[in-house]
Parts: sequence; C-alpha cells; structure tokens
Amino acid sequence: MSARYDAIVVGGGHNGLVTAAYLARGGKKTLVLERRPMIGGAAVTEEIFPGFKFSVFSYVVSLLRPEIIRDLELPRHGLQILPLESTVTPLDDGDYLASWSDPDETRRELCRHSTRDADAAVVFGRLMHHMAMAVKPILGMVPPDPTSLSPGDLAGLLKLGGHFRSLGPERFHALHKLMTMSSADYLDEWFEFDALKATKSASGIIGTFLGPRSPGTAYVLLHHYMGELDGAFRAWGFHKGGTGAISETIANAARAHGAEIRTDASVARVLVRHGRATGVALENGDEIAANVVVSGLDPRLTFTRLVDPKDLPTALTEGVRHFKFRGSSGKVNLALAGLPDFTCMPGVGPHLRGAISISPSVDYLERAYDDAKYGEFSEHPYMDIVIPSMIDPEMAPPGKHVMSIFVQYAPYHLNGGWTDAKREAFGDAVVKTLARYAPNIESLILHRQVLTPDDIQRITGLSEGNIFQGELALQQLFFLRPVPEWAKYRTPIHGYWQCGAGTHPGGGIMGASGRLAAREILRATA
Amino acid sequence: MLKTSPFHPRTSVLVRAQTWRRWAGYQMASAYDPHPDREYACIRNSAALIDVSPLYKYRIAGRDAMRLLDRMITRDMTKLKPGQVYYTPWCDGEGKVIDDGTVSRLDDQTYRFTSADSSLRWLQMNAVGMDVRIEDISEAVGTLSIQGPLSRAVLSQVSSANLSGLKYFRLVESKVRDIPVSISRTGYTGDLGYEIWVDAARALALWDALIEAGTPYGLAPAGVWALDIARIEAGLIMMDVDYFSAHHALIEQRKSTPYEINLGWAVSAGKGPFNGRRALAEERHRGAAWGFVGLEVEWDSFERLYAAHGLPPQISNIAWRASAPVYAGGRQVGYATSGCWSPLLKQSLALAHLRAPHFAPGTRVELETTVEHRRERASAVVRKLPFFDPERKKS
Repeated sequence: MSARYDAIVVGGGHNGLVTAAYLARGGKKTLVLERRPMIGGAAVTEEIFPGFKFSVFSYVVSLLRPEIIRDLELPRHGLQILPLESTVTPLDDGDYLASWSDPDETRRELCRHSTRDADAAVVFGRLMHHMAMAVKPILGMVPPDPTSLSPGDLAGLLKLGGHFRSLGPERFHALHKLMTMSSADYLDEWFEFDALKATKSASGIIGTFLGPRSPGTAYVLLHHYMGELDGAFRAWGFHKGGTGAISETIANAARAHGAEIRTDASVARVLVRHGRATGVALENGDEIAANVVVSGLDPRLTFTRLVDPKDLPTALTEGVRHFKFRGSSGKVNLALAGLPDFTCMPGVGPHLRGAISISPSVDYLERAYDDAKYGEFSEHPYMDIVIPSMIDPEMAPPGKHVMSIFVQYAPYHLNGGWTDAKREAFGDAVVKTLARYAPNIESLILHRQVLTPDDIQRITGLSEGNIFQGELALQQLFFLRPVPEWAKYRTPIHGYWQCGAGTHPGGGIMGASGRLAAREILRATA
Repeated sequence: MLKTSPFHPRTSVLVRAQTWRRWAGYQMASAYDPHPDREYACIRNSAALIDVSPLYKYRIAGRDAMRLLDRMITRDMTKLKPGQVYYTPWCDGEGKVIDDGTVSRLDDQTYRFTSADSSLRWLQMNAVGMDVRIEDISEAVGTLSIQGPLSRAVLSQVSSANLSGLKYFRLVESKVRDIPVSISRTGYTGDLGYEIWVDAARALALWDALIEAGTPYGLAPAGVWALDIARIEAGLIMMDVDYFSAHHALIEQRKSTPYEINLGWAVSAGKGPFNGRRALAEERHRGAAWGFVGLEVEWDSFERLYAAHGLPPQISNIAWRASAPVYAGGRQVGYATSGCWSPLLKQSLALAHLRAPHFAPGTRVELETTVEHRRERASAVVRKLPFFDPERKKS
C-alpha cells in the first residue's frame, strides 16, 4: 500500500473539489482521484475544435454559494464571474419578449405585451424574494430527518419549524403552493402573456423529466430568485474561461490548502474491511489507503458500483434503484464563423450577450415534453442558448464565436436507443428549430458537437446523463435526497461518505453539497 | 455650458440612460449602459475604452524644463529618461500635496505634464527666471485610455509600435493606422493598459479605429463609474475625493503630505531642492501621523447588520464618495473617503485615512455604515494597497 491519506475524494467534479478543499483546509491530508484527463466532471472547458473553447456540459455558474467563495477565497484563486444580463425569447410572429438588466427597460418591454403583467411582475418579484429568503437557510443546513428522535435531528427540525412559523400564514401558504403546483398553473395565477409564462416556467423543467404542467415544477422557479439574494456575488453568470475555469479555481484553492489532485486515476472500487472503508483500488490495480473515502459520484455509482451492494441494507439499495435519473436534456455546442442574425432583433446587439430562450409558449414546451414522454426527442425542443464568446472574447478566435445550446427534451431512454444516426438527427432538429428564429445559423457553423444523455453518461459518468446527479423532484429533495435516512452525506459503511449533487441540496454549480459533506466529515473525524 | 471632450460626438450617442457627470468642467459619461457592470467587466476581462481627456495637460520644453519639474515634483527628475513616465505628487512649501499626475519625458528637453487640476499658474510661478516654454495643451490633445487584459492585443492590431517591448510607465511616439499618437503604458485601473494621446483634430478617427479593431476582442467604451471601481481596487487616490489639494483646502487639517496619502514612495530622499523638501524630510524622520490604507469589510458582520432587519445585504454597483467614520476600540481613529463593492474580489472595499498606529495592515477597525436608517458599524480589516495587483499590469 502506498502513502496513507486522511481522505480520498473519488471524482474531481466541482462538489468533489469543494469537499477536498474544505477537508484540506481542515487539516486533512486529502487526495482527489479523477478518472478523466481533466478535472471538473460536468464543469469542464475543452477545445473541441481548434481555437474554440466550449463549456462542454454545464455552461453557467448557478447559485455558487457565497460562503464557499469566501471560505475558500476563490477570488484569489481565479474566480471571475461575468455578467449574463438579459433573456430574449423570440416569438413565432416575429416579435420577441426580452428581460434586461435594467428594471425600467424590462418594465417598458413587458408593457408592450401586457401592462398588467408588468405590474404583476413587481409584486411577484417581492413574493419570490420572501420565498427565497424562506428557503435559503435550507440550502445551508444538513437535512434533519423528520422521523428521527435523535437530538441533532430534533434540533434541526425545531430550528426549521421555528423558521417556517416566522414566515407567517400568507408566506407559508404561498410556499406550500410553490412546492406542490406546476409552474404553468402557478404562473397562471399571476400573468397573462403566454410567452412570459413559458419563459419563466422553462427554468422549472431544466434537468427534470417533467413538463411545465407537471406538479412540482413551480418550486424550481425559486432558484432564480435565490440568485438575486446573492446578487452581489453574481451567483448567476458566466465564468471567464468557461465552467472548466471554475473547477480550476476550486482546485487551486484545494491545492493551496495542501490537497493533491490526480487525473487519469480511475477508481475501480472502494476497499471495505469489516464494514469500514480503508481506501480505494484503482483500475490499474494500485491500492491507496485512507481513513475516509468520499464519493463525489452520483448515488447509483456511489452505492452500486464503487462498493458491493451486499455490504448495504436492502432499503438503501432499493431506494437507490428507484432514485430517478432519466436524463432529459442534451447539449449542442457550435463553433461559428460569425454571429447569428435573429429575425426578431436583426443585427448585433446586447441580446447576443445574454440568454436566448426558445420557449415561445407554454404549449410549445408541453408539446416538446409530449415527444419525450413517449420516448422521442423533441422535434421542436426548448433551448437555452448563450454565446460565451460575446461575454469572454477569449473563448473563440477574434470575430468568431462559440454557441452553447442546452436542449430539452432528449430522453435517455430513447425508443430504439441512441445511435450515431439518432444523435445527428437530434442535432439537426436543434439547428432546424434555431434556424426558424435565426435563419443564417446553418451557414455559420464551422463545427457541431452534439451530446445526448447517452453521451453525457459515457463521458462524465453521470448515470442516464442526468445533469443534477438525479432529478430535482420533490420526492428526491432535502431529507429524501438521495434516499431517506441516508441524506446526511453518510453511508452505512463507516468512513465512506457522499458529497455529490445527488445529496442535499444538489443541482447546478452550487457547491453546497460538497461543502455540507465536508463539514459533516470534519465534525465526525474531529 | 460644460465643455465636451474631442470624443464627444462618438461617446454622446452611446450614453443610453443620459447618465452624465462633471469632470474638471467637462460633461463626461458616468456609464454608457444604465449601470456599469459590463463596462467594469471589460476592464478586468477584455478591454475598455475610456475617455480621459478632461485631464489637464501641459507641454513643457526648453533648456530648463527639467529644472522646473525637478523643483516642483517630489521625485528625482534627473533620473527620468526619454521615453519614461513618472507618476508623482507635488507639494507646496510646507510639503502639503497640491495635486498628483504624470510627467512624461518626450525627448531630451520636452515633457508632457498632466494634472487633475489646472496647473498653469503654479508651473509659471515655479518657472521664474528659467528658460522654458509652458504650453497648455489641455484642449488641443485628446486622451483615450484603453485598459484591460486584451488592450495590448487590440492596440497591436492598429499600431506598429513595439507594444510588448513597451514597459510599464514607458511611452512611445507612434501611429494608430495613419494617426500620429503618443502611447504610454499607463492608466488608472491597475490593469494592463495604455493611454493614447492624440491631436484633438484626429480624435474621432482614433476612436473609430480602436472601436473597429477592438470589437472582435470584446472592447467596449466604459464610463467613470466603471473606472471608479477599478481605481479603488487598484488603490489609486483621487484629488478632492480622497484628499484635498493644498490649494483648495479651506482649513489646515484638510491638507495632507505625500506620506499621509500613501505616496511616500514617490518622495525622493536624495534629490536636490524642491518644494516642500525640508518639511518632508522632517516628516520622514518623525513618521507620519496619518496613513492612507485599504479597508476590507468583513462580510459576516455586514450581513448580520442587514439580517437583523430581515434583509439581504444591500450593495450598490456604483462606488461611493463620502466621508465615513472609522472606529477602533470605541473611538474614532479616522475616516474612509471612497469605497465600492468589488465585483472581482467579492468584497466591500474602502480607502481610508487612519491615525497612527491604526493603519498597520491587519489592524481590526469598524467602518460606519447606514443600515435601514440607522448608523451601524461593520467590522473591517486594514489592508495594504493595492487590493488588486495582477501580474499582467507590469508584464
């Protein structure tokens, strides 16, 4: 056996790196093992086509926790989040709906479509502010188990109960509605302009196998407003150099605290002796000993591949078996010779520095979901498009551009399975849909990278290509994530921990799971 | 009517929210967008084009040009080589700072002198009996500052000047396309950057050439709001904001020596006679009573002040310029004069004057701040300036 470590983190995704950085900061001799030649997991920047850099999978920083930015001193290690200021939704009648960074400009734009909605948006924003304030503490807490009588759980529940009581009836009821309704229904109570409801509800379906009319999607609307609470930290934005650069930043912080990071180091399994993790075995046969092993992988890999399920209680393995992944989104990355020309906003303008949302109506989104429900990719998908080179010119050669297209729906379980031909057909559907709104797009494409959920799984390891390591659905959140009783980053194997987005609170380049896991580990091993 | 800069025909059509401000009697853009976020990001991420024409500029030539400047400024002019630039303060006879600016040696006997305030009278007063010509070129010369990590890449598209060979605080006479310009490796952002000095008659052509060449590199015009954040991060002082000119101060207490405003490094201990030499030598010996330092506000303490009211911290994306008391051990030990939220460092920063011994780096103090109509105190730590000092600034 080689050098002994206090902790080994399996998987160099952003949560694994956050955990490693905190453990190293807490004085643990920490090693990160990453299977791929580069760290970052789904937060990687790669030069797929010469001179063009792509945030291959995840493409914006979302809700990165300010306490992580401060604790790990990320600005000192290269953090640079740039503004992503607007969202423009091209409409089928040649018009558009835009929201800009300036509230007066946004209001004037909304008034073009509905003055009533412009008024409603102000009050809606205030409610969402209160909802986000209500939910925010939960993001920073280890989920207490409501069925447990242990002092820690009771204290947590008491704190949570007190917190919810302090909301008052009006806000508590609003929160309950938000937690249970579909985003389309919820937004119907507020707004009348269809494209506005569609664009807002789109954020509720990202990464789930649900449509805007599926119950439970309203909750995700909150995430956008959560970002606004941390506005100063620019929790939503574009990281200079792409999402790979934010992984590098966290890795720099981890290294500065003494953590060691190895790439091309694929872990075959976690070594377990007498119900206790003793280290890991690599694919190449090397064994590395450690007191603590932390899995940054998703719950399926954590509990059924890295360890032998027979070492685990049946309730847990069953829970993991039923944990919903079913990736529903794909990604198309384009290298472009020039800028797309949108019919609704011709020429070069500020709209190209923000998001372009292909979400013209709620029906459009729901129909896109219909295709997926029955095992097909959406012929006319929902798309969230950004042109990173407009924000960070160094992503592409001068005057040329990269375009990142998040596409939903592309079901992992496609009828007949994914093939090369199906992948290209999916890519064609995306480009064809985009060409409806920006007809010159096809003539600009120098290179096209199409990633299906199957590709996402193959390259990153994420089971079924789910970008959140498991759906952000209500039955899989908080004390239920990933499974009841094992939502506190521990596992039944002593010294074996979980820190990925498959744990609370999960999702996005947030790092909260990694931080909470490290905190629990440090407390348990103090 | 306020004056307008030679670039005004280009800048004025870009100011979308009519956010103008005064700068040395000129009407200048605060920001082109309604708020400065993107313009600031250009300074630190790509390149920003900033009109700094309101600077006062003088051409000083003749056999005694060097003697004149050496008498005025606190740095040793005998060491300034042709093609080199000094940043320097200058003082009155009591060693109190009148202004700060740059001195560029254009050739053997010709200098360009810049200042925040009009300096013609002071220059002439110091030139009595000397063989020197002082020409006010403030309006004849336009100045564009191109700042940011890609500024060199942009400028090299349109200029044959050897920019990678042009060191920090050096200048070169060159051309941008066919426009004669002087390019200095200087700026007010603490980043990689250049200032381009051009005949006002060719100003618009220079603007157009830089915008055209820079657009593929993400170059965008930036206003004073963005510049103000960058200069605070860079710890660069501003006259009549962070200190009063000895020529403006109504009371003695408002005057400062270079040592008191973090410019002691620019006072030559060995040079010959100059304005304020004796007073400054005494102060160097005695130690300054005040220090000018950075303050980093501790976020947790700041957040708690707001959380007490059920609010998330409120932060402006525009720098503040006001006097805020600073306390230590319950007593006032100084005052902050400007500050901002740093989008890059993710910290609330301030520039402050503190009494000895409270200006030592690492000292814990409290900065007064108004939260929900109440005066509160947030914890802060004294930091050495600059807050932000990237390698590329000098590399």
